Amino acid sequence: MSTTSEALLLEGVRKSFGKLEVLRGIDLAVAEHEVVCLIGASGSGKSTLLRCVNLLESIDEGRIVVEGEEITARGVDVNRIRRRIGIVFQSFNLFPHMSVLRNITLAPVKALGVSRAQAQHDAEELLERFGLLDKRDEYPDRLSGGQQQRVAIVRALATKPGLMLFDEVTSALDPELIAEVLNVIRELAAGGMTMVIATHEMGFARDIASRVCFLDAGVILEEGPPEEIFTAPRQPRTQQFLQRIVEAGRL
Amino acid sequence: MAVVSTIVFLAVLVLLVVNSPGWEDVKRQFFDWAEFREALPEILSAFGTNVRIFCIAEVFILVFALVLAVLRSLPGPVFFPLRALAIVYADLFRGIPTILVIYILGFGVPALQLSGVPTSELFWGTVGLVLVYSAYVSEVYRAGIESVHPSQEAAARSLGLSRTQSLRYVILPQAVRRVIPPLLNDFIGLQKDTALIALLGVVEAFRQSQIDVAATFNYTPYLATALLFVLITIPLARFTDWLVARDRRRSQAARLAG
Amino acid sequence: MRRAFIAISLLAAALAVTAGASGKSSAAVAIPGCATDSLKLVSAGTLTVGTDNPAYGPWFGGGEIKGSKWKINDPATGKGYESAVAYEVAKRLGFAKSELKWVAVPFNTSFRPGKKNFDFFVNQVSYTPQRAKNVTFSASYYNVNQAVVGVKGKPIATARSKADLRGYELGVQIGTTSYDYIVKNIKPTSKPAVYDTNNDAVTALKNGQIDGIVVDLPTAFYVTAVQVENGTIVGQFLSVGSQERFGLVFQKGNSLAGCVNKALTRMRADGTLKRLQTQWLSKATGARVLQ
Repeated sequence: MSTTSEALLLEGVRKSFGKLEVLRGIDLAVAEHEVVCLIGASGSGKSTLLRCVNLLESIDEGRIVVEGEEITARGVDVNRIRRRIGIVFQSFNLFPHMSVLRNITLAPVKALGVSRAQAQHDAEELLERFGLLDKRDEYPDRLSGGQQQRVAIVRALATKPGLMLFDEVTSALDPELIAEVLNVIRELAAGGMTMVIATHEMGFARDIASRVCFLDAGVILEEGPPEEIFTAPRQPRTQQFLQRIVEAGRL
Repeated sequence: MAVVSTIVFLAVLVLLVVNSPGWEDVKRQFFDWAEFREALPEILSAFGTNVRIFCIAEVFILVFALVLAVLRSLPGPVFFPLRALAIVYADLFRGIPTILVIYILGFGVPALQLSGVPTSELFWGTVGLVLVYSAYVSEVYRAGIESVHPSQEAAARSLGLSRTQSLRYVILPQAVRRVIPPLLNDFIGLQKDTALIALLGVVEAFRQSQIDVAATFNYTPYLATALLFVLITIPLARFTDWLVARDRRRSQAARLAG
Repeated sequence: MRRAFIAISLLAAALAVTAGASGKSSAAVAIPGCATDSLKLVSAGTLTVGTDNPAYGPWFGGGEIKGSKWKINDPATGKGYESAVAYEVAKRLGFAKSELKWVAVPFNTSFRPGKKNFDFFVNQVSYTPQRAKNVTFSASYYNVNQAVVGVKGKPIATARSKADLRGYELGVQIGTTSYDYIVKNIKPTSKPAVYDTNNDAVTALKNGQIDGIVVDLPTAFYVTAVQVENGTIVGQFLSVGSQERFGLVFQKGNSLAGCVNKALTRMRADGTLKRLQTQWLSKATGARVLQ
């Protein structure tokens, strides 16, 4: 049962690594244009959840449906699915042996068959939009962390995905570089991109999220609009978690 | 200070050698300048054979070894036979002494008298070297591939690139850059091992010097051969250093990010 | 009384001298100045002779002795031309058969500088002036001709002169003067192949990788008789310039060579050398000469 405006649906998803069960029954529905923020302690399963959506990890039970297509079914073309989903990692993972431009055009040209000229044109448009056009011929080692992460976002956008996943994308950045990356994400959200964002930046989550999900020990313990979760969490563990965040001065 | 002490050390060493009781004999039998001058032209000409062998062999080795390394990295139970094949190959050809491989191929295959199969010693000697060195070099490639952080493959795959495309555009370019020193090290080893082809009768530089030595009972021609080998090794080693320095910058980013 | 005593002493002395000079009592007639205890030897009381392992015929014979490291033939059997010559030289110098000790010496190490572990080395080593700069050679114990071995029925078997051989791929063993002979006197169009051992050359011949092997004539007979089934001696060559000859190899300047040469001179003079050649190398005569 899926409505046509559902961008992403997880039903009863379970995932174990050996004996360790990391996802213990995830149910999540994300509508088109929704921005869902995942919060929770390290090890709660946020990264694993995102990697399962992107099929970087296989799930043990349940199903995942993206834009009406069950991507966890047998015989699915994994590569095609991944082109429809963009993911940005905490550690940027830019290709160090390629220039910024080539990093971005690689997948469109090789995986999508777009002409090099077209891919380059699109890439430059994106770079300009995010203020990075002057870096197009630079190699990643010449860029700051914030610039690299922004390039990583642009690279993920190059295949024109309908869904973007962000896995703690600012956690590895120096504080003064975080803002530029968050602004990019804000802009994407304003443009209507469907996003699932795992983050520790609570202030940002409160600003941008249409919905916040609190993950704890492999299940979504509580979810709701940001005002509800951040000001009046119902679950005691949610309250505990947020309490610690406030004490650390991060909210 | 270091320079001075090195010079002093070398000077002492030379003095010790030159004043040792057997020096006159050794000088005559190992460092005979007239003998050197006489033997050098032919050895140089024979050295051309060595150069040809290792240039041709190296091309095949670099390609074949890469194939083996990729086969070895294929995941999943369906590819098990190919993986097993690559493992057995690498174990076998690193295990058997190179000299035996060359001997068995160079004399054994022509002895089978199969029609259409080349009997040229040069051919089978080169094939032997390619088979053996591909085993070693495939391990070098494998180390390189495994040293590329898995997050690189994750990033490539999540952009929708297939496994082959990720390997070709993202992993292998990085892997190969990382193992340039050991690759060139193996190439330098190959250059020396071309002398093993003498076993099959081919008169390459070492054999030519051996002929001169046996004819005169003077070892100086060996010195000439040694010199030639060293002379090609040095530029190669400096080229390696240059390549590594040039690529070191690039790989820093991946290590920091990974 | 004193005169009688002197007379008896003189007589006794004379008897002793003649008895010692009769030659029948111990070894052959002793070579003056070469008594065994006056010789410069590697190991006192022993004549240490080196040769390469395996020991091929017809230079060595008698097959292998169980428990010994020697392959193909054991020099200690005394059979084979070089073994026989070594034992004969030892006898002339006053050594008993048991006082000759064989050591295995790879050809390559026989001429390296420094102290040798043998008194002389015997292994079909040809004298050349350059070699003589680094070692001392004895006088000739065999005058040698090179020969070429081919396979019956193949084109090379029809060759009748050195010029006829020019178009063929020839092979030799390293360390023999055969290579020089080919390069200087046959001048083939393709470079000859040079192998570590004669065995490898023979294998290459059988495989058709080379057309002919150039070796000394006695070895050629051995090769065609024993190693190559349908082998044939295409012909032999005469020495160009001075006659090629085998010599025993000594450390440079070793005075022992002088005494050995004296022994060889006697062996030549009384026909012993010829007798040994007839006994062990008799077959090595009937090959056509290629001009």
